[in-house]
Amino acid sequence: MNCTEFLANLTDYFDAKTATALRTELEQHMAGCSHCHVTVDTTRQTIEVYRNDELFELPESIRTQLHQAVLTKCENLKRKKEPKS
Amino acid sequence: MATILTPEEKEANALHPDLLLVEKVKAGDLSAFEQLMRQYDRQIFRIALHITQNREDAEDIVQDTFFKAFQKVHQFQGNSKFYTWLVRIAVNESLMRLRKRRSQKTVSMDDEIQTEEGSIPRDFADWMPNPEQNYNQAELADILRKTIKGLPPGFRTVFALRDIDGLSTEETAQALGLSVPAVKSRLLRARLQLRERLSRYFRVPTGEHAS
Repeated sequence: MNCTEFLANLTDYFDAKTATALRTELEQHMAGCSHCHVTVDTTRQTIEVYRNDELFELPESIRTQLHQAVLTKCENLKRKKEPKS
Repeated sequence: MATILTPEEKEANALHPDLLLVEKVKAGDLSAFEQLMRQYDRQIFRIALHITQNREDAEDIVQDTFFKAFQKVHQFQGNSKFYTWLVRIAVNESLMRLRKRRSQKTVSMDDEIQTEEGSIPRDFADWMPNPEQNYNQAELADILRKTIKGLPPGFRTVFALRDIDGLSTEETAQALGLSVPAVKSRLLRARLQLRERLSRYFRVPTGEHAS
């Protein structure tokens, strides 16, 4: 296996979706190729650092405002659809 | 998009508590709708913010997505998870916002993906142990934001759904109207490009300190 073939299988490797035989082949390549080893290791860290960071939190006060705004619109829509008595 | 589900997926969907809430919403129950909103608003906000990179737009998108979902709830047939259906609305709303902001320029999931940039790793330096600890919280947030902002929208959307939000590859494909191989290819390139860009901050310093 060369580095290009290794990269082509990287997504499945991360998602643990590779068959055992292919996984062994990928791991063997990685053991002998420092470039691919570093690529896998640092890509894994990249995913983790983004997953762990709470970059984009929605403050509770804004949540409440948004819910209210949406519910008011929904209420108006419901009222429009209701048959007039 | 019509999707053929496996028997296991059908069973999982049939048991999903969201479906009960959706049925109540269809009957006009607003408190059931509020429950769905409370359950998913944070994720929808995060996805919208990742795509638009603009907090105000993301807040508007949360509103528009949920209102649209309420308006169209009768069209939801339960062929996918409710959340995946919601994400699809949010992604479309987000791309529309981006288009508006860039006025003439079209923005789609295919935008700027023809470039080969970042598809081949070039930086093979090791990273420092726990590199994120070399920065304070604000600095790290700034680095992560700047880095992901540099990716084309089509790439950062796939990365946000798959790696941050935790959708499966199949769910991501469904939410974006893409094929599974297309999602995999974009995900690989998004991950590699982010890795390459973060390496500037996280690599083991050669001779001098990195920060």
